[in-house]
Amino acid sequence: MTDITSSLPPVARAGRFLAGEARWSWLEIGFWVVAFGLAFFFRSNHLLFAEIAILALFAVSLDIILGYAGIVSLGHAAFFGLGAYTVGIMARSGWGDPLTGLAAAGVTAGILGFFTSFLVLRGSDLTRLMITLGVASLLHETANKLDWLTGGADGLQGMMVGPVLGRFSFDLYGTTAYVYALSVLFVVVLGLRILVHSPFGHALRAIRDNPLRARAIGIPVNRRLIAAYTLAAVIAGIAGALLAQTSGFASLDVLEFHRSADVMLVLVIGGSGRLYGGILGAIVFRFAQDAISTITPQYWQFWIGMGLVILVLAGRDRLETVGRKIVGRALPWIANKEAAR
Amino acid sequence: MTLALETRGLMKSFGGLIATNDVSLQLPKGARHALIGPNGAGKTTLINLLTGVLAPTSGEILLDGRDIGSLGVEQRVGLGLTRTFQINQLFPDLTAIETVALAVSERQGRGGDWWRRVGTKGPVLEEVIEVLDRFDLTDRMTEQTRYLPYGKQRLLEIAVALATKPRVLLLDEPAAGVPEGEREEILNAVADLPKDVTVVLIEHDMDLVFRFAESISVLVAGAVLTEGTVAEIKADPRVKAVYLGEGEV
Ligand SMILES: Nc1ncnc2c1ncn2[C@@H]1O[C@H](COP(=O)(O)OP(=O)(O)OP(=O)(O)O)[C@@H](O)[C@H]1O
Ligand SMILES: [Mg+2]
Repeated sequence: MTDITSSLPPVARAGRFLAGEARWSWLEIGFWVVAFGLAFFFRSNHLLFAEIAILALFAVSLDIILGYAGIVSLGHAAFFGLGAYTVGIMARSGWGDPLTGLAAAGVTAGILGFFTSFLVLRGSDLTRLMITLGVASLLHETANKLDWLTGGADGLQGMMVGPVLGRFSFDLYGTTAYVYALSVLFVVVLGLRILVHSPFGHALRAIRDNPLRARAIGIPVNRRLIAAYTLAAVIAGIAGALLAQTSGFASLDVLEFHRSADVMLVLVIGGSGRLYGGILGAIVFRFAQDAISTITPQYWQFWIGMGLVILVLAGRDRLETVGRKIVGRALPWIANKEAAR
Repeated sequence: MTLALETRGLMKSFGGLIATNDVSLQLPKGARHALIGPNGAGKTTLINLLTGVLAPTSGEILLDGRDIGSLGVEQRVGLGLTRTFQINQLFPDLTAIETVALAVSERQGRGGDWWRRVGTKGPVLEEVIEVLDRFDLTDRMTEQTRYLPYGKQRLLEIAVALATKPRVLLLDEPAAGVPEGEREEILNAVADLPKDVTVVLIEHDMDLVFRFAESISVLVAGAVLTEGTVAEIKADPRVKAVYLGEGEV
C-alpha cells in the first residue's frame, strides 16, 4: 500500500489522506445496519432503544462543543428541555406534527444557544461550568414559575402527537419511536460526519487545542465558537423534542441538573471528540443503568460513579487498548480492518 | 514611500513594570530586520502588542500606513501581519496537512465552510503542499503534530504562519531550543523566505542575526537603545556592553 501512495505527487497524497480520514469504516456501516435491523427484533425493548437513541443524540450534540470545540458545559439540559417544552406546548395547542415540531424545537433551542454563547466565549473551564449551570437553572426556575404555560411541577398534560410523516403513529411497543429517533440520529450524524472533516470542523479542533494560535493564523475564534455552540443547542433541542414526542410528556425533569450531568458522563464513558463516542456512551450508560438498578435499585448511581472513577483512574486509552485486544481475539477480521486504516 | 510596519511611541506597562517604553520602529517593505536584546528586554511583549494579543497602554501601530490598533488578532492576520511563537504553539492533534490547510482555507475565505471536506474546493491542497515543501515537511505531513520531532515542529511553526501569506512576518526566536546541528536548517528556511515579505527576526545568536539582517534594533529594558545597520550595531560599544557583554552569544 505504501509503495503505491508514496510514489504519488504530494498534493494527491494529501488529498488521499484527507479523503481517507473521512471514509466510512466497516464498523460504522455495520453499526447502522444492526441499529436499523433491531427495528425488526426485540420488540419489547424498542422503547428502551428509542431512549438510547435520544440520549445518544443529546450526547453527540454535547460532543460538538465539548469534544470538538473544547467548551465544557454543565447546563446542556437547558437546550434539551427547551426543545422538549417547545414541541410539548405546540402539541398541546393542537400542532402535533412531529417533524415540524422538531424543526421548531431546533429553532427555539438554537436562539437560546446563540444568545447564551456570548457568555461562554471567554473564561476558564470553571467559569464556563458555572455559567452554563446558571443558565440551565434559570430556565428550570422559569419553567417552574410559568405553570400556566408549562404545567409547572405537574408537567405538561395532554400532548397530542400526530403520526410521523402523517403515516406512522406512535405505537405501544415504541417501534415507531425507535425508528423515528434512530433516523433523526442517523441524519444528524451524516451531517456531522461532513462537518467534522470540513474547514469549520478542523477549526473547532484547532481552537480546542490552542485558541491563541488559532487566532494567530487568522481563524475568527469567537465566530466559530458561537456557530458551534448554536449548532449544539439546535441538536440538543431536537433531542429533547424527540423525548417529549416519543413519551408524549414533558415535565421539569427535562431541565433537571441530572440530565446535564448524565450526558457529560455519557461522553466521558464513550469518549469525546469522536462523534461515535456519544452513541457508544449512551448504549453503555443506559444498559449499565438498567442492569445495575435491577440488582441494587437504590445504589445504581453509586455504581455508575464508581465505574467513572475507575475509567478516569485507569485512563480510557488503556481500557481501550485492552478492549481492542479482546475484540481482536474474538473478531480478528474487524481488528485487521481497523488496523489497516 | 509608505512603510510596511511602523510604530509610534508604543508603551506597555504591567502594573509598575514598563515592558515596552516609547518604541518607534519604521520598517520598509521587504526589510530584513532583527530585534535583539537581553532576556526580559520586552521583545516578545512588543510582538504581542503588534499582533493584538496585548493592548498597548499608549502609542500607535500602522500596517502599510493604516492604523490597526483597534483591530483584533485575526483581523490583523487578514491584513497581512502574522507572527510565530518563541514556545511552540501548534495543534497537537492535527496533522501538518490539516494545520497548514486551516490557514490556507481561512485566507481563501473558506474557513467557515462546514458542508464540504477540507481541500475539495479551490487550490487549497496545492498551496498547503507548496508551503510544506518549502520547509521540507511533506515526508511526515500525515502524522499528528505531537509526534513530530521538535525541529520539525519549529519548522511547522513558521510554515503555518507563512501559509497566511503575510506582508509582515514576525519570527519570535524561530530556532529557540533547537540543538546546534539543526539550527542551520531553520535559519536557512528563514533566509529563504519570499523577498517581498517584510521579516522581523528575534534571535539571540549574533552570528545568525548578522548573517540574516540588514538592519537591527536593540531593545533594552523595554526601550530601543539603538538601531542601525549590521555594521553600525557591530561597532557600537553600548551594544557590546549591555548585550554582548552579558554572555548571550
Ligand atoms: N503578561 C505579562 N504580565 C506581566 N509581566 C509580563 C507579562 N509579559 C511579560 N512580562 C514581563 O515583561 C518583561 C519583558 O518580557 P518579554 O517576554 O517581552 O521579554 P523578551 O525580550 O521576549 O525575553 P526573552 O529573550 O527571554 O524571550 C519581563 O520582565 C516579563 O516578566
Ligand atoms: Mg521572548
